[in-house]
Amino acid sequence: MDLQTLTYLFVGASFSLYLGIAFWARAGSTSDFYVAGGGVHPITNGMATAADWMSAASFISMAGLIANMGYGGGLFLMGWTGGYVMLAMLLAPYLRKFGKFTVPQFIGDRFYSKTASTVAVACLLTASITYIIGQMTGVGVAFSRFLGVSNDTGIYIGMAIVFMYAVFGGMKGITYTQVAQYIVLILAYTVPAIFISLQLTGNPIPQLGLGSSIAGTDVSLLSKLNLVVTDLGFSEYTTSLPGSTLNMFVYTVSLMIGTAGLPHVIVRFFTVPTVKDARSSAGWALVFIAILYTTAPAVAAMAKMNLHATVNTAVGLEPDAQGRLVVNQEVLKSNADFYAPEASLVYEERPDWMKRWEKTGLLKFEDKNGDGRIQYYNDATKNADVKAKADAAGWKGNELTVNADIIVLANPEIALLPNWVIALVAAGGLAAALSTAAGLLLAISSAVSHDLIKTVINPNITDKGELMAGKISMAGAIVLAGYLGLNPPGFAAGTVALAFGIAGSSLFPPILMGIFSKKMNKEGAIAGMLAGLSITLFYVFAHKGIFFVKGTEFTDLIGGPNSFFGITPEAFGAIGAMVNFIVAFLVDKVTKEPPVHIQALVESVRVPRGAKAVDGAH
Amino acid sequence: MDNNSAAYWKATLALLTKILIVWFLVSFGAGILFAPMLNNIHLGGYPLGFWFAHQGSMYVFIACIFYYAKRMGEIDRQFDVHED
Repeated sequence: MDLQTLTYLFVGASFSLYLGIAFWARAGSTSDFYVAGGGVHPITNGMATAADWMSAASFISMAGLIANMGYGGGLFLMGWTGGYVMLAMLLAPYLRKFGKFTVPQFIGDRFYSKTASTVAVACLLTASITYIIGQMTGVGVAFSRFLGVSNDTGIYIGMAIVFMYAVFGGMKGITYTQVAQYIVLILAYTVPAIFISLQLTGNPIPQLGLGSSIAGTDVSLLSKLNLVVTDLGFSEYTTSLPGSTLNMFVYTVSLMIGTAGLPHVIVRFFTVPTVKDARSSAGWALVFIAILYTTAPAVAAMAKMNLHATVNTAVGLEPDAQGRLVVNQEVLKSNADFYAPEASLVYEERPDWMKRWEKTGLLKFEDKNGDGRIQYYNDATKNADVKAKADAAGWKGNELTVNADIIVLANPEIALLPNWVIALVAAGGLAAALSTAAGLLLAISSAVSHDLIKTVINPNITDKGELMAGKISMAGAIVLAGYLGLNPPGFAAGTVALAFGIAGSSLFPPILMGIFSKKMNKEGAIAGMLAGLSITLFYVFAHKGIFFVKGTEFTDLIGGPNSFFGITPEAFGAIGAMVNFIVAFLVDKVTKEPPVHIQALVESVRVPRGAKAVDGAH
Repeated sequence: MDNNSAAYWKATLALLTKILIVWFLVSFGAGILFAPMLNNIHLGGYPLGFWFAHQGSMYVFIACIFYYAKRMGEIDRQFDVHED
């Protein structure tokens, strides 16, 4: 069966499965709609949280970024998993005990103020919508490549499908749908990785393969990769930093607190039956996430190796009779010269996958020195030795540009894996993007229908009216996200990292203080949220444009890009959170302390036993 | 706050502090600040600092959460505040 038919088959079958589950589990009451009636097992919940969590950025974009960034890419790995430790210990059990459905509800009740809850709604909407733009872009890229439609059409199809199961199924539909999506996406990620690890190192477990020697030799994979990339002018793979150690540090902090502060993840812990389950649920979520996250660095390094080997035969991997890359021990061990004229791949002999990706514009070749061969190296290197060698070989600049986002999707094609694996990856990428989009939409709709309409605008709204308002706001959010997805501020991972900064700087501090500081009052919390959110948005908009509209950047105003100690906008959330904490404490000091019943409420939230601290019925 | 819940909260905070120290040491410590030094040591083909950033810290995180869940359960029972 050909690739196109197989892809339609895999994507079609997985979608019918998701829709079938959503239909089977359609929501009845409002409680069912938001939190699946509070009766989800920790392992089931962990798996669904994992699918919810792992978005197009994790699935499609992350390994490519790691391949580009090398060691520094570890900030995504540590940041996006380390946040779960904070979530599990500092937030989840207490929010579960509190017994409310949404994050703004918690903030509104704990800080005894509708203003606080409304500000939290604003923070939540900003973070979620920023996040969802990246998802819709991811859906578009995946659909356009695999279904052979344009990027715009891909986004429209994605909007329609997300709308159907998010709106008709509600949370319960989403929980069980996401279990199915997790299984599809994890198979799609690990199966090709196992194949590639086996080809390259002879070890079927990618996590071990990455630390092994190349098959049939005693040359370690990472040291060979270091040698290849440094010899071609790139920075050493196992040590290269993103800017500076300081930037890596605060970037990691931002992603961690963003993970703990993202509303669509927190809301997951309202859906387990007990406080005890909330604690272990985060652990299970992390187990399921780590299966992908520990595989990603192996995918990154091996794909980078395969890519270099494809365009430069001196690396020591060469296509066999079927075109599959296999290790040539002689060449590999001899450290042949990458600058030898015949080492570079002849453009006309390039493999089929390059031709396919050239059509998408994400992979480009420009024959600068007119020799008909592809020279792939870092022409901006400061290494004089590399420059001299390139000049001597008559190289006139790098001739191949590869978009980082294609690494995972193209990986099975580069390694020439069977067509069904490639089709599976298509289904997995779509599952990742759609599941996260659906979870985010739910957080958006509950914030609007419950925290804004029911709490502030019209407290007398019926259950039915509230459910309808939720569905309408979901539809509105899908249209907005789709529109922004057609005109994105950048690709998935970059946009998504910004969303983490926004959530971490605005929502994480008030939730944490709400639990751990009995004396924190509403004035402090509100001022903190506003300060954290505005300073983060200011720095981000300075780099990325006001509301991500291109052409409205104002980096000159803040003294050039990354002017704050070399910190990038993606990493700025940590600074925003610091400002949030400081402002909150200062304002708290000069205003009066919270009423006695609120202090008693905080105490009751801290112990697991007893009825829900606040009646969850509504 | 009565004595029992004050003692319970104190025990909880002590546990959190202990785990957060481990959490910090593996990621920000071994994975970032001390990574250049640790890279002189090898774990198979992995330089150790690189391994912590790309693999090791995640395994420790999982262990942290399950250890926390288990110890909290014990503390709950010790202070008789566990759910039935």
